[in-house]
Order: sequence, then C-alpha cells, then structure tokens
Amino acid sequence: MKIHEYQSREIFSSAGIPVPQGRVATTAIEARAIATEIGGTVVIKAQVHVGGRGKAGGVKLARTPAEAEQHATKILGMSIRGLTVRRILVAEAVQIASEAYVGVVVDRALRRPVLIVSAAGGVEIEDVAKRSPEKIVKLPLDPLLSFQPFQARRIAYAIYDTPEVIHQTSDLIARLVNLFWEQDCTLVEINPLVVTPDDRVIAVDAKINFDDNALWRHPDWETLRDPDSELDSEVDARANDLSFVKLEGTIGCVVNGAGLAMATMDLVKRYGAEPANFLDIGGSSNPRKVIAAMRIILKDHSVRAILFNIFGGITRCDDVARGILQAIKELKPTVPIVVRLTGTNEREARRILEDIHLPVAASMDAVVRQAIELAVKAA
Amino acid sequence: MSILVDRTTRVVVQGITGRDGSFHTQQMIEYGTKIVAGVTPGKGGESVGGVPVFDTMIEAVHHTGANTSVVYVPPRFAVDALYEAADSGIKLVICITEGVPADDMLKVNRYFEVAGVRLVGPNCPGVISPGVCKVGIMPGPIHKRGPVGVVSRSGTLTYEVVHHLTGAGLGQSTCIGIGGDPIIGMRFIDILTLFEHDRQTKAVVLIGEIGGNDEEVAAEYIQRQMTKPVVAFIAGRTAPPGKRMGHAGAIITGSSGTAAEKIAAFRAAGVEVAESPSEIPEIVAAELKGRAVRQKARVVAIPPLASRVAAKKRPTRTISRKPRKSGIAKKARAKSKPKAVPTARRKPAGRTPKRRSKR
Repeated sequence: MKIHEYQSREIFSSAGIPVPQGRVATTAIEARAIATEIGGTVVIKAQVHVGGRGKAGGVKLARTPAEAEQHATKILGMSIRGLTVRRILVAEAVQIASEAYVGVVVDRALRRPVLIVSAAGGVEIEDVAKRSPEKIVKLPLDPLLSFQPFQARRIAYAIYDTPEVIHQTSDLIARLVNLFWEQDCTLVEINPLVVTPDDRVIAVDAKINFDDNALWRHPDWETLRDPDSELDSEVDARANDLSFVKLEGTIGCVVNGAGLAMATMDLVKRYGAEPANFLDIGGSSNPRKVIAAMRIILKDHSVRAILFNIFGGITRCDDVARGILQAIKELKPTVPIVVRLTGTNEREARRILEDIHLPVAASMDAVVRQAIELAVKAA
Repeated sequence: MSILVDRTTRVVVQGITGRDGSFHTQQMIEYGTKIVAGVTPGKGGESVGGVPVFDTMIEAVHHTGANTSVVYVPPRFAVDALYEAADSGIKLVICITEGVPADDMLKVNRYFEVAGVRLVGPNCPGVISPGVCKVGIMPGPIHKRGPVGVVSRSGTLTYEVVHHLTGAGLGQSTCIGIGGDPIIGMRFIDILTLFEHDRQTKAVVLIGEIGGNDEEVAAEYIQRQMTKPVVAFIAGRTAPPGKRMGHAGAIITGSSGTAAEKIAAFRAAGVEVAESPSEIPEIVAAELKGRAVRQKARVVAIPPLASRVAAKKRPTRTISRKPRKSGIAKKARAKSKPKAVPTARRKPAGRTPKRRSKR
C-alpha cells in the first residue's frame, strides 16, 4: 500500500525525523494561506502515487504567496501519468548545501531489509545504481538484531565528513530503520536528504510503502488510503475480497487463483486478444463473490466477452456454477459468457449450466479461444 | 523415492480444530498421510477425526514422534505457530496460511536458518508425493505417481499443469508449492537441488511468475549444476508494472521482475519455456526421451564446490552410476556440448570414467 508524501512526512515527523515546515492543501486559496504562514520561498508539490512529478511539472518553487496561489491553480487538476492531482503539499523551500539518498527496502533475494545510502541524492536511485554503482553503499540488516549505533555511524561516515552532520545523520538513520520495522514497511525512502548551509540535516522528501499483509496490525492505515488514487472497480473489488486489476483489453476474466488468473490472461493475449482485467475470486466458492466479480467486470464497457476459468480444489465447481446462474439472473448480462470448470463437483456444475444453455468449454485453451471468437462476433 | 514428504513423514497439524485445519486433516488422512497429532492451544485432550490434539507443539512431538508440521493457523497467529514449530524439534514446516506480514517472514526465515529447520511457504498449497503422502490443500486425485518433479509459486496453476501431466500419462515424484509471497522459506533453487539428487525424479517442471528474481537464480543453477532436464512456465506476461497480481509477491517493481526477463534467463540457460500450460507435457516427454543420451554427456562436468558438499551428504546416482554402454556415452559426449560450467572447474573428459571404474 502506497501513501502520499504529505502523509509520510507526518509519520517521519512523529518518529523524530526532521522535515521542512509545511501542510497539504486542496485549493489554491489554501495554498496561498499556508505559504503566507510559512513565509519566504515555498515549494508546491503534487501529491500523486507516481514518480517523475518534477519532470511532469508537478513541483514548483514560489517566492511569494501570490506566486504560490498561481502555481497551485496550475498543478491542482493537472494529470500526471494518468492521475489527476487533487492535493498539493506546500512546504518551506530548504537551502541546500548537499543532497543524499537514504532508504530501507526489503531485498527479496537476500531475504533481509537493506539500508541503502548514496551521496548522490535528488535523482532516481535506480539511475545512480546503473550509471555509478560505486556511489551507493548497501548494508543488509539482520532481522534478528536490533539496529546498532555502529551501523548508523558506518553509513553516516560513508557519505559525510562533518562531525555535527554525522551525528544528526546517525540519529536520523536509526529512527528510519526503527520506523521501517515498527510500521511494517516494505520501503521507506528519503530522497533527497538535505544538508543545509548551516549544517542541519532534513528529510526534504518522504516515501513509505506499507505491507498489505500487515494491515490487520495497523487499522489506522485505512484512514491513510486515498480513494481517488484507485478506480471505483478496484475499491469495489477489495470490499468484496476479490483481487482485481483493471486492464485495457476486451476479454473479461474470472479465475480462481492468482497464478492461474495470470496464465489465463497470457493465453488471451497469445490467442490474439487482450484481457480486460486480472481477477482472482480466491479459494472460497461463495456465490456472492462470483456475482460481485461479474458486476465489476460488466461495468467496464469495453468488455466484449467474459470467461470463467475455474480449477476446483477447495473451490467447488457447483458453487461457482450456482453463483454464475444467480449473477445472470440478477445482472442480465448482454455480453457472451463462456465457462470452463474442472475438478471438485464438476459434473454437478455442468448440469447446472446446461439448464441455462451456457457454453461449457473442456479446457483452458478452449475457453479462451471460444471467448475470443464470441467477442469478435459480438463486436 | 521422492523429496520432502514420503512414507516416513509423520504430520502434526497446527490449527487442527479450525475450519480449514479440520477439513484438510480429513482429506489428508483419506489420501493416506500419517497424521499423528494436532495442536490448538486450549484444546489439548480433544480429538479431531481420531487424531489426538495437544496444547503445545513440544508435547505433540514428544508423544507422537511427529517430524513434519503443517500450519493452517490464521495470519495473526501464524508467526507464533511457526516459531513454536521450529522450537519443537520438527525438521520440516509447511505453512499454508496466506497473509503473513513480510517483516515477520524476514525474522522467521532467519530463525529457521539458525535452527536448521526447513520451511515451505507461507501462502502455498503444500507438498504432495503422489500415492504416498499429501501435506497441504491440493486435490489428491489429479496427481499420479511418476518421474516428474513439479515446483511452483502458485496453487491452482500447479493443479492445471499437474492435470495436464497426469492426462498425458506423466506421473509426478513430488509436487511442491513454494508460495506466492515475496518472502518465503524454500525457494526454487533449494527444491531443484533436492530434485537433482532424487532418484525417482527424471525431469522437473518449474512454474514461476512475475516478481523477484528467484527464477533467474534458478536458471543459473540449472545451467551450472543440474543434469536433469527442466521445463519452465512463467505466468504474468501481460501483467502491468507496479500492480500486485493477487499474490503479494507477484509484482513488477520498476522494470525488474518481468516475465520477459525470466523467460530470457531460462532460455539463455538452455531451459525450454512453454508458451501455455497445455504444452508442458509434450515438452517434458521429449526431454525425458532425449535425457538418457544428454545426461551421459553432462556427467563429465564436475559440479562446483557447493553441490559437491551437498553430494557428499547424499551421494547422487548421476555421479556414481557406472555407464552401461560407455561407447554410446563417448559418442554422445563428442556430439553434444557439455553444459556451460566454468572451465577451471571442468575436469578433463577422460578422467571421469576412470574414477568410476575404481569405485
């Protein structure tokens, strides 16, 4: 789960990590008021869940409150990589003597969190890693050892040489690592970490990704979720306990299991069409889930056919068939539907579907091909 | 033989009194698995389908000699259950539970490493050696005993592939779901090593998906150290970047973890990659046919140190078997190139048969 910079800043701040003064605004008038309050030059930053905001014109400096209002008017409502900007952060523009990068990220290959620092901050860390990997220092952290002061010092000494700056940086890094563990993060990142001309160390940007699996431990995260950053269909899917990702194609897919769902999408592409979505109904065969799945897919008007690919195990095919039956009754879909059901209680499922003359395909390949044929006919 | 679970497997079910735990305990017993105990704190002394329930793992292991645990405990309590299992003297833990936080799994893995306990999962369907032992939630009847090892990050996609294999008359030695999370216990490379040293396994099907780089690591291992043929399938060619595709681990971050990268890595390592699950049996059958010849050709390559250490513990047939028709082996050696192995480590071809004849 991603949260916005203005939210990450607040979490940083309550963990004792220094951040520039500032607040979030949703209107240009508000932005002006915050700029007046801060005084001096401020920076206006678009709050969207994508990188490259600066390049897209979503970050601007304003010397006066009037200028802040002007920039805010432009940035609010602008579209950055398909996302509309609805919130902006208005923050004090910090004087910069040097910029560094500090991050903690889970390294899947090492199965450890890795503390990453680089004296070359303010730019994409992936680019630094590619162009000059020697500028990056990595420190894998032992999950069973609490963070030790020497580790923070080692990192601080690697990028700075002023004692006062090293002292502040060590403290900041220790707080960042503790935050990473306490808040169940998969990533915490400061880019840039700025040293001011008067030797203060400040986190000028803040990025946190939470682990979805730890949501039950942090009920407060729900309040941080930005409903604007998600499609209605994705919100609806989550409320119904479905894994759903909207795609651009025409073939709606309802599958049980994530791997099988991906393989089904790939097969749609292989046979010459594009999948409209990823959708995993999960292990349970609750008919309500099937109905919700169908409703979500039917809302997408580019869908020309819907296919069901169910491999029964814990999921019972007859339950899914009953769900399909009920969904057809309730939703009266006009797009063609093709079904493939194999495994637990398959025969019963077929009987249920035969009663309503729904085409039942014998294999995964067959269901995909039939769905595409029907979609072409329907178009 | 098979890997991880066999006739000697004695299972304790953690979370046996829960809905999933009790249902699957019944299913496993019906399949013939030796379920010797269950654990649910506070329910000690009860029994589930004839299986005695204990309050703690240490008691369960002490009284029943269980050597494998399977975890059906909900995510909130799963981590505690895993530590308890590792502390009880169990040597293999299979965690079915989905939704365990990644930070916890980082710690659990480290603890298991230190304790010398194997972990499969979490978020996995379990392990089955067809006809012998099933520990998990997969449908038993689709499996059939045979020579193909299957390892996968997925559940139902594995069933789909197994269904095709069985339909084509290709039985399985062991099928392992290693789990769909970003931080899991045993990974592809660990399972491949076991398959390489397992007599029953003659070929391996590897089912990967987007996210992480375990497939790339596996490809390198296969190229350097495996003599048995591997057929791969990668799900998620059409997955967009930055979106979690159901599994917590199935996500393309930035430009890394794509299906294209993984497929390229396997092809570069000489591993055939199927375009669709239905193609897999045909490729496996072809690999099995061609195997006898190729394997003899590969025997000349002495594996690097790491696997030699492993091989000492459990001698492999590949290295110790005496070739029946050395004439054919020689011919094959001359025809097909040996697998790429760092040249410094490759012994001269002539020496290998000599060594063998001494034994």
